[in-house]
Amino acid sequence: MTHSMRFLLLFSRQGKLRLQKWFTPMSEREKKKIIRDMTTMVLARQPRSCNFLHWKDLKVIYKRYASLYFCLAIENQENELIALEVIHRYVELLDKYFGNVCELDIIFNFEKAYFILDEFLIGGEIQETSKQMVNRSIEASDMLQETMEEYMSKPAF
Amino acid sequence: MSPSVPLQEMIRAIRSARTQCEERGVIQRECAAIRAQFRQADNGGRSHNLAKLLYVHMLGYPAHFGQMECVRMIASPRYSEKRVGYLGAMMLLDEKQDASLLITNSIKNDLSHSNQYVQSLALCTLACMGSAEMCRDLAPEIDRLLRASNSYIKKKAALCAVHIVRKVHELGELFVPAARSLLSEKNHGVLHGAVVLIIELCEQNPETLERFRKTVPDLVQIMKGLVLSGYSPEHDVAGISDPFLQVRILRLLRILGRNNEGASDSMNDLLAQVATNTDSTKTVGNAVLYETVLTVLDIKSESGLRVLAVNILGRFLLNNDRNIRYIAMTSLQKIVGTDHNAVQRHRGTIVDCLKDQDASVKRRALELSLALVSASNIRSMMKELLLFLSSCPPELRAHAASGIFNAAERYAPSQRWHIDTMLHVLITAGGDVRDETVPNLIQLITNASELHCYTVHKLYRALLLDISQQSLVQVACWCIGEYGDLLLKGDCQETEPVQVTEDDALDALETVLQSHMSSPATRGFALTATMKLSTRITDNVDRIRSIVSIYGSCIDVELQQRAVEYNALFRKYDHMRAAVLERMPVIEKNSPGHTNGESTGEAVKDVPTAKMKQGEPLLLQQPANQVCDLLDLLGGSEETLQPGPAVDCLVSGLSVHAAGTAGGDLLDLLGGFEPAELSPAPQVLAYDKGGVTLTLSCEKQSDTGLTVTLTASNSSDSDLSSFTLQAAVPKSVQLHMKAPSGDSLPARGTAKVTQMVVLNNPNKVNLKMRVRVSYTRQGSPFQDTVQIDSFPGLDAAGQ
Repeated sequence: MTHSMRFLLLFSRQGKLRLQKWFTPMSEREKKKIIRDMTTMVLARQPRSCNFLHWKDLKVIYKRYASLYFCLAIENQENELIALEVIHRYVELLDKYFGNVCELDIIFNFEKAYFILDEFLIGGEIQETSKQMVNRSIEASDMLQETMEEYMSKPAF
Repeated sequence: MSPSVPLQEMIRAIRSARTQCEERGVIQRECAAIRAQFRQADNGGRSHNLAKLLYVHMLGYPAHFGQMECVRMIASPRYSEKRVGYLGAMMLLDEKQDASLLITNSIKNDLSHSNQYVQSLALCTLACMGSAEMCRDLAPEIDRLLRASNSYIKKKAALCAVHIVRKVHELGELFVPAARSLLSEKNHGVLHGAVVLIIELCEQNPETLERFRKTVPDLVQIMKGLVLSGYSPEHDVAGISDPFLQVRILRLLRILGRNNEGASDSMNDLLAQVATNTDSTKTVGNAVLYETVLTVLDIKSESGLRVLAVNILGRFLLNNDRNIRYIAMTSLQKIVGTDHNAVQRHRGTIVDCLKDQDASVKRRALELSLALVSASNIRSMMKELLLFLSSCPPELRAHAASGIFNAAERYAPSQRWHIDTMLHVLITAGGDVRDETVPNLIQLITNASELHCYTVHKLYRALLLDISQQSLVQVACWCIGEYGDLLLKGDCQETEPVQVTEDDALDALETVLQSHMSSPATRGFALTATMKLSTRITDNVDRIRSIVSIYGSCIDVELQQRAVEYNALFRKYDHMRAAVLERMPVIEKNSPGHTNGESTGEAVKDVPTAKMKQGEPLLLQQPANQVCDLLDLLGGSEETLQPGPAVDCLVSGLSVHAAGTAGGDLLDLLGGFEPAELSPAPQVLAYDKGGVTLTLSCEKQSDTGLTVTLTASNSSDSDLSSFTLQAAVPKSVQLHMKAPSGDSLPARGTAKVTQMVVLNNPNKVNLKMRVRVSYTRQGSPFQDTVQIDSFPGLDAAGQ
C-alpha cells in the first residue's frame, strides 16, 4: 500500500517539532524515531546542498523557510521537483492566511496550520490545486465556526 | 477568526519554562487541569481543552487519555468541537486503537450532514485513518458522494475512495464507473482526484488497467487544454497552468502507455508538445518536463522522442539549480543501460559534475561516469576518475577505488597502463581499497613478465616516499622480494636508471619491518621478502641471516613462526633454499571477462612447482570461453621431479595453453557411462605402429569416475627404453596418472608396461583422450601421438 506522500514534518533549527502529519498508520515509537532521524539528517545538511535526501526506501524533500524546516517524505518513484512545489504551495497558503507567516504563528495557532493542510492535502495526495479555492474553504469554515459559536452562546428561551 | 486564548496562554507558559524540568512541571499541571475539565459536564471550553492536549502531544508527551474526549467531541453538534475532535482523532487515534471504531458511526452520520464543511471533516478523517472495517462499511456512501454532490465534496470523496481501495483492494471494482465519469468534470480538484483514483485502480488490477486504456484520448485532450490554454489565474504557477494536475496526468499516461504500442502511439504527439512548449526557466516548468521525460522513457515511445527526452536531461545537467542537476543524474543512471549511446553523448557534462560542490551530485556523477566507461574512452575517463579520486570526499573513496579497479580490469589498453593505474590508486587511496586488491595486483604483476623490472623500480620508489599505505607497502615488499635481482641490476628501459644497492633494498624492507605504521600482515610481507632476497643478492646474506634470527623471538606469533622457519631454512636446509625461494611461476587468472589488450596467448600457466607431486591431477580452471589447444599442451611442459619418493618415470603434465590463435578444438567429452560391467572389461587396440601396440580397457568406478588401463607391448626386434606415456583430456575432466609398471619394453613382447589413468568427468562431457607415446630405440628418441575417441564399455556417442 503506497501513498505518494508518507509524512510531512515541520521543525525549527533547534529540532523542535512544530507540525507532524502522517499519511500512513505508524506506532508512536516509530513516529518518534522518524522525527529523530529526520531532524538529525536535515539539520546536518550543508547550506548549499540539494534539497533531496535518501532515507530507507523513500525520498525526503526538505526546504528551509526562515527558521522552519519543511520535510516531506515521498515514495521512491515520485517526482521530487513537484514535491518541492507542494511544500512551496503550503507555505504560500499559510502566508496568505496569517499574513507574512512566521514560526510563531504556527506555534500559537498550530490547529489552524493543520486545518489549512487538510484543505490542501488528503490521505497523502493533493485535493485542491487552486490556491484561491483552498483559501476560500478555510475562510468559510472559520466563518462557520464563529457563527455556530455565536449561535450556541445565545441563550435559549 | 478569534484566537483560542486559553490555548495560547498555555503555550506561552510552556515556552517561558527555562529548563526541561520546568517545562515538564508546567505540562504536568496543565494536563491535570485538562483531565479535570474532561470529566466535567459540557462547558463552552471543550474544544480549547482538547487543542491544549494536542499541543502537549506534539511536544512529545503522552496524551492517550484524550482519545475518548475526541470521540465525544466528534459526536458533538457544534462545528468548532467537531473540528478539533476530528483533528484529535487524526492525531491520537489510528486504526490500531479500539477507540477508532467508536467514531465510525459519527463519520457515517457526518458524511450525509447537510453542511458540506462537516461532510468534509468526516471525509478527511476517513481518508486519513480509516481502518479496513470502516472502509468496507462506508464504501457505498463514498461511491454515492462521488456521483452526486458538489465539486468540493467530490474531490474529497475521490481521495477517500483512493484510501479505501488501498486498504481493501476488492473494493476497487466498486469505484471504476464513478472514476471513469469523473474524468469529464471541469473542476481541477475533482479531475486531480479522479486521476489519482484511476492510477490507484490501474496499479492494483491489470484488468482494470486494460479498461482504462480507452481514456488515453480524453487524457490527451485535457493535457492539451492545460498546455495550450492561455493564462488562467486560478491555476497558474509561474506561467504553467496547473502543474500539479499536469504531472498527475503524465503519470497516468505513463502507466497506460507502458508495454502498449497503441497507447504509446496515441500520446506521442502530446508528449513531444509538452516537452518542447513547457517553459524551463523556473522549477515548476522543469517539474513538468521531468515528469514528461520519465513518461517518455518508460513507454514505447519512438526513438526521436527518446532522444528528445535524453537531451532534456542533458540540458538539466547544465542547469544552475543543483536540484535539477541531481535529478538529471538519477534519471540518466536509470537509463544508462538501455539508452547507453544517448547517455554517452552527455559524457563530458557528466564528468564535469565530478567537480560539483554538492556531495550528492558528486556521488551520482561517479556512478554514472563508471557506467559510461568503455574500451574507446578508457584512457580519458581514467584520467578524470583518478583526478576525482585524489580530491573526492572520504565517504566516496572506497567506491571510487573499486569502480576504478573494475573499469581498469575490463578495459585496460595495456598491461603497463593497468599496473600504473592500480599503483596510482594505491598511492592515492591505498587505505580505502578492498583486501583482495593486494593479491589481485600481485597476480597482475606476475602476468606482465616484461614489466617486472619497471614495476619493481616504480614500487621501490613509492616505498621510499611513503610507507603508510598498507596495501601499497605490501605489494611493494612482495615485488622487492620477488624481483629484487631486477631491482639491483639498475638498468630498466622504461624508467630512468637508478642505482639501488643491496643495502638500499634491505634498508627499505627493514624500515617497513620496524615501522609502527606497518600492520602485522605488512610486516609478514616484509620479512618474507627479506628472506627471498637471500637468493637474489650476493654480498649481504649475513645481514639477512641476522634480521631473520632477531625476529625469531618477536612477540608477534606469526612473524616469529616465519622467522624460525626461515632460520631453519638457513641452517638445516640450506641446500634447498635456492629451490624454495626461486622465482614463482605466473599465477593463474580465474576471473572471467578479461579483454586484456595485450593478451599474447602464450601465457603458459604452470602449476606452481611447490604443489606438484608425482601423479597429482592438475585441475584446469579455465573460463568456459577460452579455447584450449590440447595438442601443444604436451610440448615442453614436463614437470621436474620433486625430491621425495624416487620415481623413474615422467609425470604426465597437463599445462593449459591459452591459445589466442592456435584454434585448437574444444573437446566435448562424453557424458554418463554405462553401468560398470561385471565381466572383465574388453580390451581395445588404440595404437599400433613400429611394433609398439597400445591397448586400453576401462572400468567405471562411479557415476563420473573411470579408470583407464593402458597396456603397451613391443613386438619388434629391438628393446625399447625410457618408455613413457602421457595423456591429455578436455579441460573439465580431471586426470590422475598412476605410476607405470616400468619404463622398458623388451623386444618380442616378453614384457608389457601398464599404466593406469584415473579420470573424473563431473560435467559428463564427451570423453576423448590424446596419448603421447615416447621411447628410445637404439639410442634414438621417438615420439608419437594417438587420439582415442571411443572407449570400450561406452557406446558410440560415449554415453
